[in-house]
Amino acid sequence: MGYFHSVTLDKEKCKGCTTCIKYCPTEAIRVRDGKAVIIDERCIDCGECIRRCPHQAKMAVTDTLDSLDNFKYKVVIPAPSLYGQFKKEITVERILNSLLALGFDYVFEVAQAAELVSDFIAGELQKGKFKRPAISSACPAVIRLIQVRFPALLDNVITILSPMEVAARLVKKRLQEEKGFKVEEIGVFFISPCAAKVTSVKSPLSTEKSYVDGVLNMSAVYAKLINNLVDEENMHLLQKANGRGIGWAISGGESLALKSENYLAVDGNENVIKIRELLEMGKLQDIDFLECQACLGGCVGGPLTVENSFIAKKRIKLLIDKYGTKVKGPDNAYQKLSDFAYWVKKLEPREILKLDDDREKALGKMIKLEEILKNLPGLDCGSCGAPNCRALAEDIVRGKGSEFDCIFKLRERIKVLAEHMVELSNKVPPSIGKKLG
Amino acid sequence: MTTEKIRPLVLEYTIVSGDFAGGGKAASDVKRCLSQLGCQSEVIRRVAVATYEAEMNMIIHSFGGKITIYISSDNIRILCEDTGPGIPDIELAMQEGYSTASDKIREMGFGAGMGLPNMKNCSDFFCIDSGEGQGTKVEMVINL
Ligand SMILES: Nc1ncnc2c1ncn2[C@@H]1O[C@H](COP(=O)(O)OP(=O)(O)O)[C@@H](O)[C@H]1O
Ligand code: SF4
Ligand SMILES: [Mg+2]
Repeated sequence: MGYFHSVTLDKEKCKGCTTCIKYCPTEAIRVRDGKAVIIDERCIDCGECIRRCPHQAKMAVTDTLDSLDNFKYKVVIPAPSLYGQFKKEITVERILNSLLALGFDYVFEVAQAAELVSDFIAGELQKGKFKRPAISSACPAVIRLIQVRFPALLDNVITILSPMEVAARLVKKRLQEEKGFKVEEIGVFFISPCAAKVTSVKSPLSTEKSYVDGVLNMSAVYAKLINNLVDEENMHLLQKANGRGIGWAISGGESLALKSENYLAVDGNENVIKIRELLEMGKLQDIDFLECQACLGGCVGGPLTVENSFIAKKRIKLLIDKYGTKVKGPDNAYQKLSDFAYWVKKLEPREILKLDDDREKALGKMIKLEEILKNLPGLDCGSCGAPNCRALAEDIVRGKGSEFDCIFKLRERIKVLAEHMVELSNKVPPSIGKKLG
Repeated sequence: MTTEKIRPLVLEYTIVSGDFAGGGKAASDVKRCLSQLGCQSEVIRRVAVATYEAEMNMIIHSFGGKITIYISSDNIRILCEDTGPGIPDIELAMQEGYSTASDKIREMGFGAGMGLPNMKNCSDFFCIDSGEGQGTKVEMVINL
C-alpha cells in the first residue's frame, strides 16, 4: 500500500547521472529514460539522495508559510537542530523571538517535549518494557529502514511518541485549556531538518493522524529568520528547554538525556545498517539502548539544514554545556504523557523484498536471480539504471528489466550479431557462383 | 493445485581461519534470501543468529572450512565442515558459558561461550560431530 512521500524528483534538473541510486539504503531509485525514478514502496524518505544529488534535482515536499493563514492561532514548534544553524552569538531566546516575528502567535520548543519524553522513556526502560537493546524511534527514517530491512528488530523499537508529536499534543491541550481555542483553530507547525519528519506527519507510523498541521523546511525558515532577527531588547522570555532536550539534535543526545550508561549511538545510514546487521545476528545483546539516526551527526546533519553538520554539532554541544542537563522531575513526565505516550498503531514489517507471494515461486525466482547474476559482469557500474548487478538481476526476475539493460551484455550480443553478419555476408548462394564475384 | 517442488538454492562459503572481517557474510546473504522468500521475522532472526555463530566459530576456533546453505521452500539447512582441530568434549562445549577462547579474542567481544547453545536453540534440528584431532561438522535445519 502506498503512502505519502516527501522526497521527490525535479525532472527538469535530473541529468540521469546515477549518483543517487548508489547511495539509497533501500535501493529505491532506478534511472529510466534518462531520469531518476523513485520506487514508492521502497523509499523511506531518509533524504540521502537529496544530499547526494550533484544537480539539486531531489527535494523534499514541505508546507509553506502561506498555509499559516488556514488557522486562527498559529503555533511554531522548532526542532532542536534549528538552534545549531546559527552562530553562537545568536541566542536561543533570540531565535525563538524571531520566529514569533515571522507571524506565529506562540512558540513551544520540541526540545522541551524531548525532556519529558526522555523522562518517560527512561522510566519505561527501567521497568523493562522493551526488548534489549531498546531501539530509539526518534528518527523515522531508520524506523522505516527496520520495517523493510531488519524486521527481526521490530520488537526492540521504543514505540513511544516522538518529541515533535508530544509537543504538538501538549501545546494544543494547553491552548484549549488556557486560552479557550477550539482545536481546529490551532495550527501547529514543525520546523523540520528532514524529509522523513514530513512523511512522519503526513503518513504517521505511530498514530492515525498527526497533531502537527504543517511541516516547514528548515532551510527556508532559516533564510527568513536570518534577515529578520529581532532586537535583543524587548524580547519575551520564551526558552524553557535545557541541554537535555536540545541535545536530541545530535547523535548521542538522546542517550545523554536518558542518562543511559550502557548505550550505543550510531549515525549515518551506512553505519546504522552495519550495526543492525550485527544486532540481527545476535550481537550487542549487552547494550541497553541503541540510538540510530539516518543522518551523519544526527539531526544537525539533516538534508534540510543549512549549516555544516560538524559546526552545528559543536554549537549544540556548547548549548548543552551552557544550559546543563538537569532532570526537572520525572513524575511530571508521567503526569503529562501517560494518557497518550504510546503508539496506537502496531509497527509492522514491510515485505518489499519478497519476490513472490507464493513461496515456491519466490524460490524459483531467487534461483533464477542467482543464475542471472553469475552472468552479469559484476562491475556494479550503474549504467543499466540499477544500483548494482544484483539489483538488475532482481529487477529482471521481477519482470522490470532485461539482461540487455546491461551495456556489457548488450555489447557482447552486438558482437555476436556482427560476427554472424560478417559470416553471412561471406556466404554466396550457389546460383550466383564464385565466378561472378 | 499445488505448485511443483523445485530444487533448493545453494549458497557456498569458504571460511578462512582468523578472517574476522569476513565474518557475517553468509549470515547477511541468507538473511536477504529469506526476506526475498517472504519469511517471518522470527525465522529470519533464528537463521541469522545460527549462521553467524557458525561462521564465527570456524573463524575463531578452526583451521578453516566450508559452509553450505540449502534454501528450500520449507526449510533452511546449514552445513558446516572444517578441517580441525576438533572438539575433544562436545558435551562440555555445548554448555552455556563454556569457552576456550583466548583473552585476546574475549577483548574483541567474542568467547562468551554462548555460540553452540544458541545455534542449538535457534534450530529445529541440530547435530554436531567432532573429536580431538579431526574436523568439526555441524548440521542445522530451521523450518520455515
Ligand atoms: N568449529 C570448531 N572447531 C573447534 N572448536 C570449536 C568449534 N566450535 C566450537 N568449538 C569449541 O567449543 C567451545 C564453545 O563454543 P561456543 O559455544 O561457540 O563458545 P565461544 O565461541 O564463545 O567460545 C569453543 O570455545 C571451542 O573450544
Ligand atoms: S537523523 Fe534526524 S534529520 Fe536525519 S532523517 Fe532522522 S530524524 Fe530526520
Ligand atoms: Mg562461538
